[in-house]
Amino acid sequence: MAAVAHEAHGHHDSHGHHDDHGHHEENFVSKYIFSQDHKMIGKQFLVTAVFMGVVAMLLSILFRIQLAWPGESSDFLSFFLGDTWAPGGVLREDMYLGLVTIHGTIMVFFLLTGGLSGTFSNLLIPLQLGARDMASGFLNMLSYWFFFISSLLMLSSLFVESGPAMGGWTIYPPLSALPQAISGSGLGMTLWLFSMTIFIASSLIGSLNYIVTVLNLRTKGMSMTRMPLTVWAFFVTAILGVLSFPVLLSAALLLMMDRLAGTSFYLSDIIISGEMLTNHGGSPLLYQHLFWFLGHPEVYIVLLPALGLSSEIISTNSRKPIFGYRAMIGSILAIGFLSFIVWAHHMFVTGMNPFLGSVFVFTTLLIAIPSAVKVFNYITTLWKGSIVFTPAMLFAIGLVSTFITGGVTGIILADAALDITIHDTYFVVAHFHVVMGLSAVFGMFGGVYHWFPKMFGRMMNTRLGYVHFWITIIGAYGVFFPMHFVGLAGAPRRYYDYSIYGEFDKETFGFIMDLNVIITVFAIIAALGQLIFLFNFFYSIYRGPKAPMNPWNANTLEWTTPVEHVHGNWPGELPTVHRWPYDYSKPGSETDFIPQNVPLMEGEEEH
Amino acid sequence: MISKLVVLIVIVLGVVALAQLVRLYELSSKIRNKGEHEISSRDNRLNARMMIAFMVILFGGFIYLMVHYGWAGRGVAASVHGHDLDWLLNINYFIIIAVFFLTNTLLFVFAYKYVKKPGVKALFFPHNNKLEMIWTIIPAVVLAVIIVLGLQQWNAATDDANDKAIRVELFSKQFDWTARYAGEDNVLGKFDYKLTTDKNLLALMNAETIADAIDNMLNNPTLGMKAIEAKLNDKSIMLSNEEREKLETTLHRNEDLYRLLVQMQNRHDNKVDAASWDDIILTGPVERLYLCKGKEYEFTFRSKDVIHSAHFPNFRAQMNTVPGLTTRFKFTPDLTTKEMRKLKNDPKFDYSLLCNKVCGGSHYKMYMLVEVLEEAEYNKVMKSMSEGDTSHKFKDLWAKANAMMEEAPAAEGADSTVVVAAK
Repeated sequence: MAAVAHEAHGHHDSHGHHDDHGHHEENFVSKYIFSQDHKMIGKQFLVTAVFMGVVAMLLSILFRIQLAWPGESSDFLSFFLGDTWAPGGVLREDMYLGLVTIHGTIMVFFLLTGGLSGTFSNLLIPLQLGARDMASGFLNMLSYWFFFISSLLMLSSLFVESGPAMGGWTIYPPLSALPQAISGSGLGMTLWLFSMTIFIASSLIGSLNYIVTVLNLRTKGMSMTRMPLTVWAFFVTAILGVLSFPVLLSAALLLMMDRLAGTSFYLSDIIISGEMLTNHGGSPLLYQHLFWFLGHPEVYIVLLPALGLSSEIISTNSRKPIFGYRAMIGSILAIGFLSFIVWAHHMFVTGMNPFLGSVFVFTTLLIAIPSAVKVFNYITTLWKGSIVFTPAMLFAIGLVSTFITGGVTGIILADAALDITIHDTYFVVAHFHVVMGLSAVFGMFGGVYHWFPKMFGRMMNTRLGYVHFWITIIGAYGVFFPMHFVGLAGAPRRYYDYSIYGEFDKETFGFIMDLNVIITVFAIIAALGQLIFLFNFFYSIYRGPKAPMNPWNANTLEWTTPVEHVHGNWPGELPTVHRWPYDYSKPGSETDFIPQNVPLMEGEEEH
Repeated sequence: MISKLVVLIVIVLGVVALAQLVRLYELSSKIRNKGEHEISSRDNRLNARMMIAFMVILFGGFIYLMVHYGWAGRGVAASVHGHDLDWLLNINYFIIIAVFFLTNTLLFVFAYKYVKKPGVKALFFPHNNKLEMIWTIIPAVVLAVIIVLGLQQWNAATDDANDKAIRVELFSKQFDWTARYAGEDNVLGKFDYKLTTDKNLLALMNAETIADAIDNMLNNPTLGMKAIEAKLNDKSIMLSNEEREKLETTLHRNEDLYRLLVQMQNRHDNKVDAASWDDIILTGPVERLYLCKGKEYEFTFRSKDVIHSAHFPNFRAQMNTVPGLTTRFKFTPDLTTKEMRKLKNDPKFDYSLLCNKVCGGSHYKMYMLVEVLEEAEYNKVMKSMSEGDTSHKFKDLWAKANAMMEEAPAAEGADSTVVVAAK
């Protein structure tokens, strides 16, 4: 998959560029495969993540078909799953859980963590800071190849005879610890754990590199308070990753020990399929604490880069400075800090002490404050702007909308008393898909449309971008709005079939099924919409019109580099920064943008 | 096969057609000398109008769903604290729906209104401390109210139950629920998972069950230590390495468990036995969980294998069941099944206890029906469950199981456990 990007790059780079820094001649392997150039690595991450995203989306369509038309034979299912997993075109109930699990895992970790941070941190941190490359090109390369290997391992688990991991993406033990409990907890689970272990290594190496680069390699004049909000977001994201991913690794290691070495970290007093185990004294709650200590910051690891990208996109395309730059930095830091002390709001009804629950209600609801500040700042940035609707801008506005819509339902879930009735129902599924899934995906799409010219030197088709956006946002809301109401009715998530409701509550059953059909239809529409994006993406890599140097008239430094990539980013000296990145429509200036490397005019004040 | 081929051809042709269209579009752009990065004011205006159109669709769709489905699925709460929670939910809902409409409206209307117009320059407006203070403080105040109200309800809902509350244990395993009532003494008998046998599925603890478990550990015809040892030592049986390893693992486990059981027996105090004998056991999904209107129930939860979650949607109650840990939740039902049927206008409606934590392939089938009765009816049902032929008292169930064991032909040793389990 990564090879596609390499070839693509080769296609328009084949004219050859001079290596102005007198580096050694690069051969195909060092340039396209084991590349240490941050721009190439960013593209490798992107193409791998796009492929993983397509797989995860396909999985979701497969199980959505089962949910809308339970028990009905489907050619589509039998085509992809064959007789083993969909005998007669009907999905098997354990494979349903397998699909759900791998869908979640890929989307959260491989698309939105690896894909989003990996692509844009790599591409933008050096370019926007005025650095020649990452602090360590070699570690950066390792980060990508670990990501690649872990992707392969995760995908390979789909082809294991006993099936992929089936415990949900949170893989709570004992279900995930005991192969007797469900078929996916055999080899599939082992592969999941190995894949994630390598993924964590990739993420840590990457994050450390980002942090060091931001702290040390800023060009002259680029003080921390002149950094674009994108870089601020990537920076805080990397810090969150470094602090929280090791905890997930420890959770995974203990789980591996329970599975392979007979320890009892998470197991106590269990009888499973007739076998009485001797494990005693472990606690499944320990796993949940460890998992969510990563799991909650993870939400912001996914979300912050998207918010950073959209800050840049909204400001550029409103032709206005981002409103409240320092408040935005403050909110990023506040969100980052708070994200570490809210994890147990995932555990209100798991048997944890209710008093502990009340503490987490308090800290969780606090996060709404910096989030609200961000939303209002975005809206104020639009106010009295001169908005240009590039496809990226559409997605950024879509992000603000989903961030609001998903954010407010979080207030309900954070309230422990209310969580009693909606915990683990479809309300939760709807909430996190809107606030985390959609917002992050919209941010990622926005980023791709906006920085595509920088990545590939060509433009994506705008009209197709418009069609893609409108289909996506309508499809997305069409999927997740109705889902809230399924959840309000108390319908549990991860149910293979809701027909059981027919036994005791015909009315609720009727409307769950109605809504499930609506959701699936919208999901299929939204998925088809993504084909337009895929076409546009790959077509434009090869045949899109050539990009100008600064297509969006933006201020940040990446647009001062030549369209043709050079190793070291700037052919001559590194640019010097004289101002913040948001001098759009500044009074007294002839143009409506002043790039960061333009010195202050006489008598001009910095914002 | 042919149909798949046709689908494939259609897809390929579709992609080619799209590519040609894009090519055409690009050529026309080239002729007009317009780059892809220059957004025409026609496109700008079109998208601006789409913003408003989308907002209308979004709000319209939301209102339709709210009116049509909003509270319908939840129905009326059927427990005392459930009404309070629904009240709290409504207040929160009111707040978040207001925020949802307000901010989304601002977003889409601004996007529409401030679309680029020739000759109009954007306002340079980098920050304004007053505004920022306002939208930090207002959310903070609103959230303070939400937190205070929420914590009051949370504390009330999770507080200890009244001493007189009826004690019921819900026991979960893949993939069903079993209810155990504390019986006349309102004390649930002790348990230990090591005591689980076919006759004692809930692993209740008393002198007799301990002795029986020890005996079972030694003499069970298939999994007993003696049987396994005999099998391992029998030279006439060929065992694969895997089978041998598995038997050895089981044997080692059983040796450990046996030792622990004997220790348990030595430490056992017969005074606690009575508490378990009078417990009443009802097994779902065939049997129901009966509750009495207006009585407080203190539920404790237990799991045999993996995590499950006891989810009572109508009573607004939920608690996970965790292996190795006893969890608890209390509530007071205040609408009988009959009353709810009338309210819902559905003569077949029943309350349900669902599993709400993924626990295996058949997770979605794991449920138990709940029936709330008026006190008189409730007492009648519970009486019939504690005496005579229909008794579900542990003492009587135990005696029945023992009688069955004796009846079962001893010769077929290996099958006897199966017979009991099946009955």
